[in-house]
Amino acid sequence: MMEKLEILTASAKYDVACTSSGASRSGQPGSLGNAVSMGICHSFAADGRCISLLKVLMTNGCIYDCAYCVNRKSNPTRRAAFTPEEIANLTMQFYRRNYIEGLFLSSGIMRSPDYTTEQLIAALELLRNVYNFRGYIHVKAIPGADDVLLSRLGLLADRMSVNIELPSQESLNRLAPDKSKQSILKPMGLIKNKITENSSDLVKYKHTPRFAPAGQSTQMIIGATPDTDYQILNLTEGLYKKYGLKRIFYSAYTPVVEDSLLPALDTKPPLLREHRLYQADWLLRFYGFEAKELLDEAAPNFNPLLDPKCSWAINHREQFPVEINRAPYETLLRVPGIGVRSAQRILKARRAGSLDFYALKKLGVVLKRAQFFITCKGKPLEGLKVGEHTLLRSLMSGQELAKFQQPEVEQLSFFDDSYMAALPEAGRAATFGKGV
Amino acid sequence: MFKTTALAYTYDGSFEGLLCCVFESYEWKETPLAIHSLEEGQGLLLESKWIETDSVKADRVLRSIPLKISPEAEELVRLGFWSNAMDKEMLLLNFLYLGFTHGRRVMNMLADDTVSALNKAVQQLRREGHHYLGFVRFSVYGPVMAAVIEPRGYILPVIEDHFCDRFQNESFMIYDKTHGMALLHQPGRQAIIPLQEWIPPEPDEAEAAYRRLWQGFYNAIGIKERKNDRLRASLMPKRYWKQLPEMNGNAPALPALPARQEQTARRLKSGRPRKLQ
Repeated sequence: MMEKLEILTASAKYDVACTSSGASRSGQPGSLGNAVSMGICHSFAADGRCISLLKVLMTNGCIYDCAYCVNRKSNPTRRAAFTPEEIANLTMQFYRRNYIEGLFLSSGIMRSPDYTTEQLIAALELLRNVYNFRGYIHVKAIPGADDVLLSRLGLLADRMSVNIELPSQESLNRLAPDKSKQSILKPMGLIKNKITENSSDLVKYKHTPRFAPAGQSTQMIIGATPDTDYQILNLTEGLYKKYGLKRIFYSAYTPVVEDSLLPALDTKPPLLREHRLYQADWLLRFYGFEAKELLDEAAPNFNPLLDPKCSWAINHREQFPVEINRAPYETLLRVPGIGVRSAQRILKARRAGSLDFYALKKLGVVLKRAQFFITCKGKPLEGLKVGEHTLLRSLMSGQELAKFQQPEVEQLSFFDDSYMAALPEAGRAATFGKGV
Repeated sequence: MFKTTALAYTYDGSFEGLLCCVFESYEWKETPLAIHSLEEGQGLLLESKWIETDSVKADRVLRSIPLKISPEAEELVRLGFWSNAMDKEMLLLNFLYLGFTHGRRVMNMLADDTVSALNKAVQQLRREGHHYLGFVRFSVYGPVMAAVIEPRGYILPVIEDHFCDRFQNESFMIYDKTHGMALLHQPGRQAIIPLQEWIPPEPDEAEAAYRRLWQGFYNAIGIKERKNDRLRASLMPKRYWKQLPEMNGNAPALPALPARQEQTARRLKSGRPRKLQ
């Protein structure tokens, strides 16, 4: 059992989705478990990523041969498979001990997409109907499976996901010849329609079983192909709008197999790039930004030195400064150093009296960044000097600089011209003049 | 305005007791320099006034909070009392002075030093409570389950409903070693009671096996190319590790040592002189 668990966990570890959020369900006598909409992290792995679900594959055997995948048919790795009974029992035992918030179940494709989906259904039916498990379940929809089977699966799970894997059709053709954009988007569309249909049924009939109440998510691999951040962010925006996705996860490509089409095995995962994409994703979902505001054809990649919001603000100096005591919420959100929480606090606190810079600090505003973009009662911060040098240096956090200075973490050349060009003229002097 | 006296109040450490301190302060129109609970004793060379806990007085103060300030203020005061903020008693007293003066407006005065400090303390308590929704680890002993926690703030009431809802059919106990309290639950019944000491029994074979499986899972899920100890320690601070089986059985560096010894060990390793005890 231990060996199986280790093999099937190791095979699932590149799946990023680990959140347990979005569904709310109270406990019930005779059942075990509930679901909490904000999600609960139960542990953190050595790589710092959150563990909230028992994340395993049903089997790591697979009939497909996707180049980037550790479970590809042609990769000589140890194979194992769980029975539905084993999955259900392990989930219950871990859940009782409060090790986990629920189950994340995916699988290699065994025999056929339909057969695989039937196995997933069997495991989930055991959990829900025999063990009366009310905890969180995230399940992978298998592309190519029958609609009827996918619908049954969605009624047993809280969240469903289909992985986009690669951001463009060309990349898919190259690296995942068995998959097509269509085979991924079709189940995604089906899930979306089921969720919409279900929510109108819920209004009509009180006891309609819920279809994937926590919505659907997807993930894509970053850095295995030449796709730009601009392409990725546009795709992201489209998926949020068109398919109503709840989350999109980005996974810095970690080489697992040798392949002439892929980055070499000693390539480090592009963690900083992944980080910038998550920051931008946040700006789309919670800060009212659009992809085309953040990047364009001319500058299709994020600046490694500045976070996307700072980059945007520097290029839109005409929209600043913002008066803290009058600006609407949406405008406050666009100020670097002001997040969702501090913007809400500002709205609340200014009802009790007007705010100065000292007050902002107490509300959690990061003045180091915000100071250049705001006024309080019409005045900028006393003694503030806004030269390009000070500005840029202040906006780059020490952490980000440190990350950038560790080329072993990030495979960007420090003197890569494209990144140099992305910096404003004087900024280059400010950053590189110090001889970092 | 009240006059500040060179007085410290001493009370029994209960929430009711603190409310009686508030009552006393208003009755005599005096502001104490400090408020100490019995257990912590008094460090200052102040004259100390013993405040007797009187449920009638406590009740009067408590009822006035939602009336004169707001229902949210009452919750804030309770949570503030459970936090482990420095001088939380004076903080709460000052907050109530402000509240009784400004009414419900005080809840918006986020930039005020007192309000801001109290909000921070409560936020910290809530954050710790949320952490423990994930970091509580039960061991299964036959028909019952038990967990030990060592929180800084008094979070049992914060996490009570969550666990009682989640494990409705189970009999379980969460023992708070720091505060000597335990949350007990049986189907249909729950209570938080004082419990001075409790030593968990040795796990049986099945329990040990599931702990090993969990450790195996934990080790298999991390991606070694992305190893990031600092990130992990900031998301899961080391003070929680002691009660986490995944961090005990196999923590790479000096797992069993308490934090301070570990620091010393690290200092030794890095070649800096060892501080004499």
